[in-house]
Parts: sequence; structure tokens; C-alpha cells
Amino acid sequence: MTTAAPPRKIPGLGMLRETGKLFALGLDVARGFFQRPFQLREFIQQAWFIANVSILPTILVSVPFGAVIALHLGTLTRQLGAESFTGAVSVLAVVQQAAPVVTALIVAGAGGSAICADIGSRTIRDEIDAMEVLGVSAVQRLIVPRVLAAMLVAVLLNGVVSVVGVLGGYFFNIILGGGTPGAYLASFTLLAQLPDLWISTIKALIFGFIAGVVASYRGLNPTGGPKGVGDAVNQSVVITFLLLFFVNFILTAVYLQVVPPPGS
Amino acid sequence: MGAEVVIEGLSKSFGSQPIWRDVSLSLPPGEVSVMLGPSGTGKSVFLKSMIGLLKPDTGTCVVNGTDIVRCSEHKLYETRKLFGVLFQDGALFGSMNLYDNVAFPLREHTKKSESEIKRIVMEKLAMTGLSGAEDKLPGEISGGMRKRAGLARALVLDPEIILCDEPDSGLDPVRTAYLSQLLIDLNAQIDATILIVTHNINVARTVPDNLGMLFRKELVMFGPREVLLTSHEPVVEQFLNGRRLGPIGMSEEKDSATMAAEQANVEAGHHDGGTEDVRGVVPQIQPTPGLPVRQGERRRKDRVMQILHTLPPEAQEGIIESLSPEEQQHYGVRPHQLVGAGQHAAGGSGGSTVPLPTEHHGELPAEEVANRPGDRASHGESGQHTDAQWWSNQ
Ligand SMILES: Nc1ncnc2c1ncn2[C@@H]1O[C@H](COP(=O)(O)OP(=O)(O)OP(=O)(O)O)[C@@H](O)[C@H]1O
Ligand SMILES: [Mg+2]
Repeated sequence: MTTAAPPRKIPGLGMLRETGKLFALGLDVARGFFQRPFQLREFIQQAWFIANVSILPTILVSVPFGAVIALHLGTLTRQLGAESFTGAVSVLAVVQQAAPVVTALIVAGAGGSAICADIGSRTIRDEIDAMEVLGVSAVQRLIVPRVLAAMLVAVLLNGVVSVVGVLGGYFFNIILGGGTPGAYLASFTLLAQLPDLWISTIKALIFGFIAGVVASYRGLNPTGGPKGVGDAVNQSVVITFLLLFFVNFILTAVYLQVVPPPGS
Repeated sequence: MGAEVVIEGLSKSFGSQPIWRDVSLSLPPGEVSVMLGPSGTGKSVFLKSMIGLLKPDTGTCVVNGTDIVRCSEHKLYETRKLFGVLFQDGALFGSMNLYDNVAFPLREHTKKSESEIKRIVMEKLAMTGLSGAEDKLPGEISGGMRKRAGLARALVLDPEIILCDEPDSGLDPVRTAYLSQLLIDLNAQIDATILIVTHNINVARTVPDNLGMLFRKELVMFGPREVLLTSHEPVVEQFLNGRRLGPIGMSEEKDSATMAAEQANVEAGHHDGGTEDVRGVVPQIQPTPGLPVRQGERRRKDRVMQILHTLPPEAQEGIIESLSPEEQQHYGVRPHQLVGAGQHAAGGSGGSTVPLPTEHHGELPAEEVANRPGDRASHGESGQHTDAQWWSNQ
């Protein structure tokens, strides 16, 4: 923590330290997954709460998302003369990329900010300290169930976004874009394969974890007073978004290397 | 018997802002201690460092042989179970009602049945005057009630060490008096070591066995209550009297210009803010009749009589006067006998410079002395102890 040495300003050092602590919390939480007793009640309450605040925005966002992708692809594939691939590509785009990212953004934006505000106000009311003093680990008791809840809801919402997005794509492609249902459905299996669904789920899990951990971390370390909690909520959402896009890039790159595309 | 806490060379800073330096003291087992200090001197930070919530930069804090500052996380959680802590604003769990708040430690750490838990919780709530409010959420009750509920929760596991951060702030004088009595009764019943942080002069004068004060990033003094209560240290005098006149200002320290101006005002007849002169040793609160004798008080008597000759004369006088005649005989001391009368009167101008009498030594044989933990007192020398030095010798 603080050292006795005279504090010198090394640019980036503070950020490095914060990152280190964030990782340390991430590890603590991961370890906490396997520690008993598991806080089932807290987990269910939190999962219900996060699902509640994020399900409607998710659906509202995913319909236009699927539609935009479908419309774009529709015109593009027609120009290339590859209409038969429309369905396949839109499924790929929605399931593999759009769904996990949309879910994570909403879980972070709606669920994460609520988690951060909740933990943050507990911190400034000394509740976290009180819990630690009563010999109960706050990470085990409060953070682990929240992170797990965020992960569960992310996976479930990921499914919702995939279905709604694909349906939306189908609707716009077939009804409005004039495509043929048979070709659209038949091409599903042309490019898309089962591992796409897996990577989509894994991404959602990881994004949910990140959203939960970042929100909790910022909540546990607000910088002074109620105003600090507000700032912390703000920052937690921004940090989560940045991390998400970065991690998404890495995961996609690795996936494309590891899993061969069908037909090759 | 309560656990002993030995703190040595503790320093804490936040970034480049030092809070306090080199604090050393020991809380004798089963005794009640009070820590005074103006707002913002880091009393709450001190309490949090004692239980490992904040990590001090240097120093050790040893509880039952475990150094809180450097022990493993597992050991820390184990050691914390010895503590009952009342935070400054109660720190109740906002999502639980009072009953669940108080029951929380029992449900976490014991295998008691729900009916047994209910019995204990109701007993503690009644003790703190909260019967009937158990279904209320912390957001729905007054600050003083929150505080008392926080105390009920801190007591529920029968801790060996009780730390209270300003138990009296937000309470009316009557409730404060009840609370003081409650803490003393508790001490008599479970013989816990108690440390109270407070601004309340009445509590400081009547409750503790030991009294300490933090000011200007340092522990000014810590020792038997009589030492601080009779001290002529300007900070201590000012604080105990609640005056504006003295080294403590609105911001923590005053410059000499302000001090001179205030002195001039007072001399010109402007009131200095103090209500009455409240110096001197007053009788300590005793446990409610019917409760057992405080073991801590008995041990303290032996301990203090051992170091009696190292204390400033006025403190000695106060201690001896508080003994019963039998006790005075037992320890071989008599009131008004330490200093030549003329010298004593002259000492009023500055007790800290008066040479100590040589004739008064605690004369209790060593084997009769109850164990005196952390006793590092220097014996024998007929020295020029001042009350400031006394503390560093302790
Ligand atoms: N987490 C923290 N980070 C940085 N500074 C802090 C922190 N906690 C406390 N401080 C600083 O430490 C100093 C002492 O604070 P503390 O709360 O211990 O005072 P106090 O003696 O308890 O005062 P009061 O009697 O008003 O409760 C203050 O100047 C405060 O700004
Ligand atoms: Mg305080």
C-alpha cells in the first residue's frame, strides 16, 4: 500500500497499481467461486435484480441491431451476387460478435452500475469494514455472488440477444428485403457451426465476470465521500467498456486461430 | 480475562499526509481506556489500524501474540473474532433490519439454534434500550439508535476487546450516562478490554482506568486517568476544559498570533468558551450494585501502585485519595504525604517541572502483584520525571 518513501510522481505508476489491485480482486473472486459456504440467497437475489434491470433494454437494443446487420448484409451480398450467404453471415455476426458485446454493455451499464453504487455506498457507510471486523470476508459474502450473478445473466441474455437478433435479421431480410426463407435458413449451417455458439457463451461469461469485478472494485475503492461513489459508478462503466472491446478482440483473434472455419 | 493489546511505534500516513507517528501504548487486559483528541487527529484511523482495516506504515500491534499489522489473512480473521467494534456511525447493514443486524455475527460464527439466537439478540437489544425496534431498518431510525444498535451487534459475540468510536456522539446526555454505565457494567461482567474514542469530557473523566490523547500527529500522553486529569500540559488542559484558549484551534493547530490575540481578548473580559473549571480527579463510575467487582480495576490498582513513584505528584495524590483507607494501608501509602506542603503549593504553576518526591514508592511485594502485562516501567530512580517523560517511560 502506501510506502514510507517520499511519494514521487512517476506517470502511469498509479494506473499500474490500480490495474494490479483490480487483478488481485479478480483472483480473489475466482478463488471465492470454490469456497464454501456459497451465498445462494444473495446470488439469486442479485441475479434476479440484474436480469430485471437489463432484460428490457437488451431486447430493445437487439432488435434494431439484428435489423441493421441484416439490411447491410442484404445490400452487400446482393451486390456481390452472394445472396445465399446472407443468412449465414448475419447469424455469424449476431451470434459471435454482436450478442456477447451487446449483453455485456447492458450488463455493465445497467447491472454493473447498480452493483458499483450499492457496494460503494456500503463502503462509505463503513458496512464493508464492519463486515470484515465481524470476521466475514466481504469478497466472499458480497462480491462473489454479484459477479456470479452478472455472469449468469450475461449468458442468459446472450441467448436472448442471439435469438432476437437472428429473428430480427430474418424478418428484415425476408419480409422487407425480399429474400427467400429457404435460402436464408439453409445457409445457416454453411458458415456457422456449433463452436460459434460456444465462443459466444464463453465470451458472455468472461464479459459478465469483467463487468462484475470492475464494478465491485470501483465500489470498494471510492475516493472519498458520496460524490466519490458517483464518480466510481461512472468510471466503472467506462473502464468496463474499454476492457470489453479489448478482451473481445483478443478472444476473437484466438478463436479464429484455434477453430478452423467449416469446409477448410 | 480480556486480551491485551500492545502497540509499538505505529505510524500511518495517507500518501504524503502523515496522520500520526510513532504511537506506542498498551491496553492492559480487562481495563477501560479512553482516547481523546480533537476532530481530525486520526482517532478513527487509529482504531481501524488496530483491527487491520488500514495498514500502518510501520510499527506493530500485538493482540494475544498475533501482530495484526503483519499476520496472514487467515490469522487476521481469526484474531478479529476477539474484537467487538462500534463504528462512528454504527455501520449497520442497510439491507437488514435491526434484529438481523444483531443476529448476523451469531449466524455467521456460531451453530446456535434460531431460538437461542433470538434470546441473545433480544437481550442485547433490551440492554441498549432498543426493545420493540427490532423490525426497523437502519434507515428508519435515529442516529443515536443506530449507534446503540451498532453497540448491540458489537457485543453479541461476547468479545474480549471492545472498541467504541465515539459512542456518545449523537446521544443526549442522559443516554450518554446510561451508555457509560453500560460499558462499565459490561466490563465488570465479561472483563473485556475496552477502548473508547470520544470528545466527551464527562465520559473521559468518569469512565476510564486509563486515559490518552492524540494531538498534532502524536500521542501526547497515555496512562492512568489521574495523570491526564491532573496534567498541566496545555493541550490536555485546554481540551479537558473545552476552552478556546490554548494550542488547539478551529483548524488543528493555531499560530502564535491567533493565540496572542485570544489571550488579549480573554484578559479584556471576553469569555473563553469554557463553562467551568473541571480539572482534578473525580470518582470513577462503579458497576451497578449486584454485579461482580471489576477485576480490571483490581489489577489496575496493583499495576498503578507499582509505578506510583514514577508519576507526577498531583497524579499520585489523586490515586492515593481514590483508595479506601484499608487499601492505603495495604499499599503503605497515605494521602497528603508526598511533598512538603510549601513545595506542593508552588507546584501549581507547572506540575510538570516539580521534582518528584522520593519517599513514596508503591510498597507492594512483587509476588502480591497481579500480573501486569506490558509493564516496562523503570523502577527505582528517584528521577526528575515530568508527566510528558512519564509517558515515554511507561
Ligand atoms: N481513507 C482515507 N484516505 C485519505 N485520508 C483519510 C482517510 N481516512 C481518513 N483520512 C484523513 O485522516 C485524518 C483523520 O481522520 P479521522 O477520521 O481518523 O479523524 P477523527 O480523529 O476520527 O475525527 P472525528 O473526531 O471528527 O471523528 C483526516 O484528516 C482525514 O482526512
Ligand atoms: Mg472519527
